[in-house]
Amino acid sequence: MSNLKKTKKTLVLILALIFIASMVIGCGSPAAQDDEKNDDKAAEKFKVGFIYIGTPGDAGWTFAHDQGRKYLVEQIPEIETVYLELVPEGADAERSIEQLAQEGCNIIVANSFGYGDAMLEVAKRYPEITFLHCSGLESAENVGTFFGRIYQARYLSGMVAGAMTKNNTIGYAAAFPIPEVIRGINAFTLGAQAVNPDVKVKVVWSLTWVDAVQEKAAADRLIEAGCDLLAQHADTPAVQQAAEAAGIYSIGYNSDMRSFAPNANLTGPVWNWGPYYVKTVKAVMDGTWKPEEYWGGLEDEIVDLATISDKVPAEVIAQVEAKKQEMSNKEWDVFTGPITDQDGNVRVQEGQKLTDEEMLALDWFVAGVEGSPNP
Amino acid sequence: MIKTRIIKREYDSLAIKTAVPLLAILLALLVGGLFLYFSGYNPGETFLRMYKGAFGSSYAISETIVKAIPLMLAGLAVSLAFRMKLWNIGAEGQIYMGAFAASGVALTLGDLSSWILLPLMFIAGFAGGAVWGYIPGALRGYWQVNETITSLMLNYVAIFWVNFLVFGPWKDPASKGFPLTPRFSLNGYLTTLGDSRVHMGLIIAFIIAIVFYLILKYSRWGYEIKVIGESQNAARYAGMNVARNIILVMLISGGIAGITGMIEVSGITHRLQQDISPGYGYTAIIVAWLARLNPFAIILVAFLFGALLVGGFGVQTFGIPYSIVLMLQGSVLFFLLAGEFLIKYKIVLSRKEAN
Repeated sequence: MSNLKKTKKTLVLILALIFIASMVIGCGSPAAQDDEKNDDKAAEKFKVGFIYIGTPGDAGWTFAHDQGRKYLVEQIPEIETVYLELVPEGADAERSIEQLAQEGCNIIVANSFGYGDAMLEVAKRYPEITFLHCSGLESAENVGTFFGRIYQARYLSGMVAGAMTKNNTIGYAAAFPIPEVIRGINAFTLGAQAVNPDVKVKVVWSLTWVDAVQEKAAADRLIEAGCDLLAQHADTPAVQQAAEAAGIYSIGYNSDMRSFAPNANLTGPVWNWGPYYVKTVKAVMDGTWKPEEYWGGLEDEIVDLATISDKVPAEVIAQVEAKKQEMSNKEWDVFTGPITDQDGNVRVQEGQKLTDEEMLALDWFVAGVEGSPNP
Repeated sequence: MIKTRIIKREYDSLAIKTAVPLLAILLALLVGGLFLYFSGYNPGETFLRMYKGAFGSSYAISETIVKAIPLMLAGLAVSLAFRMKLWNIGAEGQIYMGAFAASGVALTLGDLSSWILLPLMFIAGFAGGAVWGYIPGALRGYWQVNETITSLMLNYVAIFWVNFLVFGPWKDPASKGFPLTPRFSLNGYLTTLGDSRVHMGLIIAFIIAIVFYLILKYSRWGYEIKVIGESQNAARYAGMNVARNIILVMLISGGIAGITGMIEVSGITHRLQQDISPGYGYTAIIVAWLARLNPFAIILVAFLFGALLVGGFGVQTFGIPYSIVLMLQGSVLFFLLAGEFLIKYKIVLSRKEAN
């Protein structure tokens, strides 16, 4: 008898749950129709969609892009933006880009190099949509690529680092040995040597684009190796926090990382995508956009230096500002000879400069870097 | 004093088997819905969008299938080992080794016609994964080394091996240093169905499921797998070669996971790159268990799982952060797995004197 009662009780409970569940689902339906109507109105709005490799979070590569997206909405309030975060570069990329196209985006921006194939594929199907591929390799009729000369800002951050190291041993936690990262390490080292010729830069590869644990491990190895200042080509502020814990200085990357390491962080090269987004979206809206392979520098403010800490002496800041001006005015650039590599071979003759092609294929370290560009 | 006891159900009730998963999904929707509601989102609209994202158009369905194919194949791969109570956690690495071997063939023999090239890539993919399954299989078969740990650790070796190749010797000189191999020649592209991205991998998965079913149901070998899974001692007593069977099963399990890697590079990415699998080898373990290792159920569960992943991912443009999407997907799984327990066991409340 009691068994039967229990079964009944359970049944009642189940029915009650189903009832509540159907209410929750049911409640949504009328609202859903309203939203559909709103969607139709929204479809008339100019819409920009973003494909993010990471999550906006509070620091790093995708954070910097999302700041750019917010700036874009501030500057052109009549447009609408959407984004998909943490989109893997394999099979999921094409579906995600296609989804944004189907949802009526007029411009689709993707922020990692691995989206290239998928983006070109979708672009073929949607000739009326403009596609922008950050750090991309291939442009097309309706696909443009864009990137910034972050190496210029890295050079400036290197000058700060060179002036602030006491034992002339700087550590550099780097993601992967590809030309972009190698270029950054070289620029940073050249900047440090410009103010302090005895500086050595030790490189440890973390072999990850985003992984706080591995990035911290790389930072710890550099601290153990005697570095008294750390720089990073890494996404998270883990290196900054390791430096803060060890009581040494650090240089950030991607976005201003001061708040994560208020005592350690001196400055850092930062991305500033907003102005580029505004300029490009306006051009597309006006119908003046043409596919380009854009690689802008300090002069366009797409790359910059985060506010320099007041721990850095004023004369160093003045020196950095002067160099920044020189680069903004295009009077000088980082890879101007004479530059020798780790083995002492002169790679850039006095008075010569690396071309963009050569910079994009850079696979050797300048003298003063300790570590291998082919780990 | 009320005591709870957990008792194994004495018989399989079809009513419970169907009611529990349905109830589990309802509960998951309820919990997820409440969570969405209190986070300020419209639960009904969110679930509707998830559904539309997975099944709402022929494109959505085709993409759900694209996502499901590697889960089907990898799910079938691990299920074979699981039937023998061999814990092959290494499907992820076997996928990478299959992708590596198939890419090697496609990159070196790209001039061959696709009638020769694709079968070669298929064989290479199988072989690559099979070697990666053979290693933990042989260690277990001959020396009783725990295959859970060895197969898991080999995942990292495989992933780093592929990283080494795409950053080093196999890097496309035209990629300006980015870690991608050159694109395969068109002969190395797996045929797709119509305009969609659904490729022949689907047919391969169906064929493997049918073959599995026939082997497990009708063949002597299928019977041996079952007996060894139940009791190795009984199997030995009956004169079965346990070590040989362990190695063979791990080899085939790894080989099928390797085919998963082959179809991903040949059908989808058309080149070898990092992150060829976003954890298919691990998700496949859940798929195989939810399907109770039944080959046809694996096909179905993988399809539904693909829908959950694809539909869930898309609701982000509705303003829902990906972390909440993961929470929704997690709650569906949580209730399904908890339901599994209730199918096998019942909880009995009884009033008893305390001893």
